[in-house]
Amino acid sequence: MHDKDAKFLEDSFKKYYFDHYDLIHTPKTPEMREFGYQKFNSGMTRHISLKSDKELHLLLMKNVPSDVYCSNARYSFPNLPMAEKDWQNADLIFDIDAKDLHLPCRQNHAIKKCTSCNGIFGNSEVCPHCNATKFETASVLCNDCIAGAKKELDKLIAILTNDLGISRQNITVYFSGNEGFHIHVTSEYENLDSRHRAELVDYLTFRGAIPETFGARTNFAKSVFPDLDEKGWPGRVSKAIFSAKSNKTKLSKEIISEGYFSFKKKLESLQKEIGAQIDPNVTIDVHRIFRLGGTINSKSGLTKTMCTDVAKFNPGTDACFIDDDEVSILANCPVQFRLKNKKFGPYSKEQVSIPKYAAVYMICKGCASVS
Amino acid sequence: MKLGTEEIAKYPFLTEAGNYLREKGFTLEQFGNDADLKPIIDLALSRIQIAADGKIFNSNFSIKNLDIEVFSFLVAVILLKQSNMNTLIKRFSLAEARRAEKFLEKDLINSHTNEELAIKIIKDLFAMNVTKSGDYFVIPASDYLMHSVHFYEQEWKLVNRLVDGGKVFLSAHETVRLIRKELDSFIAKKIQSANIPTIPESFKKPIETLVILAKKFTVQIVETTEQPPCIKHALDILHKGENLPHSGRFMLATYLLNKGQTIEEIAPLFKNAPDYNEKITLYQLKHLAGNFGSGTKYACPSCEKLKTENLCFATSECAGIINPLQFGRKKIPNA
Repeated sequence: MHDKDAKFLEDSFKKYYFDHYDLIHTPKTPEMREFGYQKFNSGMTRHISLKSDKELHLLLMKNVPSDVYCSNARYSFPNLPMAEKDWQNADLIFDIDAKDLHLPCRQNHAIKKCTSCNGIFGNSEVCPHCNATKFETASVLCNDCIAGAKKELDKLIAILTNDLGISRQNITVYFSGNEGFHIHVTSEYENLDSRHRAELVDYLTFRGAIPETFGARTNFAKSVFPDLDEKGWPGRVSKAIFSAKSNKTKLSKEIISEGYFSFKKKLESLQKEIGAQIDPNVTIDVHRIFRLGGTINSKSGLTKTMCTDVAKFNPGTDACFIDDDEVSILANCPVQFRLKNKKFGPYSKEQVSIPKYAAVYMICKGCASVS
Repeated sequence: MKLGTEEIAKYPFLTEAGNYLREKGFTLEQFGNDADLKPIIDLALSRIQIAADGKIFNSNFSIKNLDIEVFSFLVAVILLKQSNMNTLIKRFSLAEARRAEKFLEKDLINSHTNEELAIKIIKDLFAMNVTKSGDYFVIPASDYLMHSVHFYEQEWKLVNRLVDGGKVFLSAHETVRLIRKELDSFIAKKIQSANIPTIPESFKKPIETLVILAKKFTVQIVETTEQPPCIKHALDILHKGENLPHSGRFMLATYLLNKGQTIEEIAPLFKNAPDYNEKITLYQLKHLAGNFGSGTKYACPSCEKLKTENLCFATSECAGIINPLQFGRKKIPNA
């Protein structure tokens, strides 16, 4: 990133941290957490220990980070090197990223940057400037993607509360600050290590299910499939396959006639539909530092914001806290986006005068510059 | 927990068994001098021999002579510890775990008498909270996850269990099966940590017998040089200059390090990665090899973990392995 752009973002972020410090808090037991941050055009600084909101706010004002992180784990000595921290336990965390849902709309709101000529383009697999095929991809907010991520969030929360017995009030949902949601959970599962969490991820994503769990018998013709109102996965599988009780007898016969392996494949194919599509690596990692709620995501300039009403949450308005002073920038954004109920773009290498929040958004996305 | 002799005979690995021996006034020396106690040494030897053959001692589970049952276990522990034959210790602890498992299952089902004892043993030794609900034994899902990771069979995956309200519902058989591995480790640990002062002369011959018996179980391992499909896939991605995720790089590096390749041999493989940085790559490889900090050398992830991370591309040749490092490895038993 150009120094001038980095300076512009740093000033904008500093103003946010100054004006909105009331949105930024350390999690419970801050003295047991590891904090870390990145500055623009710089590497990660981690193994930091903070004891209060006050210390955190001081760090933000002093260093003006591009991104701020905090461990979901609790340690006896959070500021020591990893091997000496003495891990105690860790909140369960989940990451739902619209990017991983691979929805068909994605190609319509992708911003691609050619790694050979730095040219920026939209919906194409080849750089229109130099025909290169290697590029970095960013993406702007899209209602369909956010709706898709919310659907996954609903599935995840239903499994966590119904199957795993986690109280809804112990589940905190944040908009990630870019294109998804982060879920923080405090529960009896906090002592699970990485291997246990991998198994939990398989449960939530409905991975590894075998036909025998869902009524298949050694003599497959005698299989009896679960009722629609059964608890947990058996009920969800039945609802997905039979959709209504009246269909069950007829469809059961069809499944039996198609055989065991066909049923096994059917179960595998249900994974995306009924499993919660989460990033497994985030949940499995018990030493991760995860973006801190209330801080800005430098991939967008939007804030990782707590969602009290997920259904109504609109990231373009509810997570956009940068001020709306007019600024002039050189924009080269091949797609349109909407922030604070205003449409912006597309722009083709043009000098535009727009609110600072939109300028910050495009610079973070790599498709605008102050110079 | 105050146990009767029958319970001690069923679960001779409990601390109470040692106390029982002392209460009865027996010492190790007596086994050397008293000809009447020789049958106990013979029975202990036979108990080990049965375990070595993969069978369970007293498999009809009718305990005949309680004292002899308890003492034969304790003498077997002494013989095994002295022989220092790991393969026999492993076979014995597994067989004894399976034996105790049968008793635990019986006790769980027998709700009028011993259900409470079985639940208490499971809770005290293995920190697993079991309660009864109708025909089911119910354990917290978090406890289930901690114990079920020892299994590689798909049926033990949480997704293949009845889970509701944070609880997992199991049969008595499944409940005790869940702790077999830990019961096995518990017994093995008891043997390894047994404190034995001096051994009576009469124990020397049985110990020699055990050393000869153990030789039967040594195996020769042959290994192919072919790489498993997950590693081939990762190398292929890097070769094409595509992005291999962090978890894939971790897998590849730990696999090659554990296969004995050096950091200098491995580092160039990552040169083609879109974000290659020589300094960072070398730092990370050194870290994985245990050259920094606590010196922990990282293990190659299991096949199960790689499946979760979408890094597994299993073929029929992967059958029976649980870690990529085992790919192409064959055991040839000694003739």
